[in-house]
Amino acid sequence: MTAAMATGGADEPMLVMKDVHTYYGQIHALQGITLTVNKGEVVTLIGANGAGKTTTLKTISGLLHARSGSVRFEGDDITKMPAHKLVERGIGHAPEGRRIFSRLTVLENLQMGAFSRPKADIQPDIERVFNLFPRLRERTGQLGGTLSGGEQQMLAISRALMSEPRMLLLDEPSLGLAPILVAQVFETIKEINSQGTTVLLVEQNALQALSIAHRGYVLQTGEVVLSGMADDLRQNETVRKAYLGED
Amino acid sequence: MTTVAVAGRRSNPASRFLRIAFFAVVAIVIYQLVLFIALQQTWLVGTSALPADQAFPVAVQQTINALSIGAIYALIALGYTMVYGIIELINFAHGDVFMVGAFLSMFVTLGIFGQTVGVSVTDIPFLILLLASALIIVMPLTGLLNVTIERIFYRPFRGGSRLAPLITAVGVSFILQNLALVFVGSGDRGAPQVFPLEWQIKFGEAKISVLSIFIFALAVSLMVALNLFVNKTRLGRAMRATAQDQQAASLMGVDLNQTIALTFLLGGALAGAAGVVWGLRFGYVRQDLGFNAGLKSFTSAVLGGIGNINGAALGGFFIGFTENLASALGFSRWSEFLVFLILTFVLIFRPTGILGQQLGDRA
Repeated sequence: MTAAMATGGADEPMLVMKDVHTYYGQIHALQGITLTVNKGEVVTLIGANGAGKTTTLKTISGLLHARSGSVRFEGDDITKMPAHKLVERGIGHAPEGRRIFSRLTVLENLQMGAFSRPKADIQPDIERVFNLFPRLRERTGQLGGTLSGGEQQMLAISRALMSEPRMLLLDEPSLGLAPILVAQVFETIKEINSQGTTVLLVEQNALQALSIAHRGYVLQTGEVVLSGMADDLRQNETVRKAYLGED
Repeated sequence: MTTVAVAGRRSNPASRFLRIAFFAVVAIVIYQLVLFIALQQTWLVGTSALPADQAFPVAVQQTINALSIGAIYALIALGYTMVYGIIELINFAHGDVFMVGAFLSMFVTLGIFGQTVGVSVTDIPFLILLLASALIIVMPLTGLLNVTIERIFYRPFRGGSRLAPLITAVGVSFILQNLALVFVGSGDRGAPQVFPLEWQIKFGEAKISVLSIFIFALAVSLMVALNLFVNKTRLGRAMRATAQDQQAASLMGVDLNQTIALTFLLGGALAGAAGVVWGLRFGYVRQDLGFNAGLKSFTSAVLGGIGNINGAALGGFFIGFTENLASALGFSRWSEFLVFLILTFVLIFRPTGILGQQLGDRA
């Protein structure tokens, strides 16, 4: 298995990060992250603020580039690839803070999501996200900025799905949502995964993230300090104390 | 069917267009009335006050003049506002791109079509061919010039300090002016006014210049085309998305370099069109033309709300009318004072401009 990973063999995991170091200017944000995501999985990254979760996602989607180490996606080296090329390759990223286009309508936001597939008929995909989030159907012509926080989050996830990603990166999808919406968003993530999309999920809400994930990685100051099956992590003493809010 | 929320919904484009047209007509009529009344006031214009029957045709003619000069400012202002909207840079070289456009247009008419200064073309098909060729040749060239400027001088600074490209833009402005000085010299160069100035439409006592109507119509057509492009096409949508949030746009698969280059291309092409009509309207071109026109157009863009395309068009006409009002009443020496006085007041009391700024979400 290790040999196959190194040479990019057929049984290589979908995503392989190997000893990745990423900097924000002088700040050494990722200090040697190594992780893998297999096809069909939901994998979650948990950890405190500043642990490097968002930076990890940005390094995968090409918003940031690793100074050393490598990122491989479906067998290809994508370490230095710019973000707009990675969308075409099948990585969708719903970034932290939603980042929807506030002066574009809901429909235009979705059309932007499908930008990387110029000639495709996107109507079936619009139907698909409207089925996942029926609220958006009622808001088609409304400007993104006039949506409520929960609706904006639904739009952000939907927009990322419009590129038909094989791997979806979700950054804090539950942030700032009412508890009832949080549950709905996690249900939808499970639903998206069961439709065949691999998910890499960053969450503050570690308990809920672990409840829908197959595996998890615990990050601390830019390093992976713990990893394992989601169920095992939930039982783990350190995780319970540090991230699940238990004494 | 479920009820549909109305808040924030966009009105349909046709009704929006009609509304804009309606307000434009109202504004023009009000301007004419103001001018008509002002022209008769001895306390305001002294001995050059006109009786009512003479003031009316003058007011009509001046209004049409204002529309054509406003159209030129509006075309240039669009380039300022689009570039500012997408990379938050005041492209000080933009006025000089307009100047280059005016010279290129002169070369096309003199060189390619062998016209002479001071002679107009009354053969209508030939005139159409000439003007169309001038636009088709000049617009892509000034567009490409603008793209080249961005590629060489602004792109290396992207993501860094905002001051560096700003200062560079001032430098590029000097470079273009001095290159023009080397190649065409200083002072006025006669531009061929191929469009016959004596073509006029009689409207009662008033004689309306056909050239002014042509300039206005051309500018409005280009603005409508730009609006359709920006609002209705896939690339236009990408431009708007990039202006709001570059990172998010790149996560959608938008190539930022390409989109920013496209913005410079469109802005430069519109400045080129303004250059072509400038020569027709004023009959001269100068190497330092871009400074003054650029400053006024920049004022127009700020006035309308920087980053806002409709605002730039509105601001351009507003500045055109202001200048015209001053000169029609015999205060043309004060016109620039008035323009910049307005700019100052706008910056103090409504810094986001008449229609509001449209900048990035994180700006």
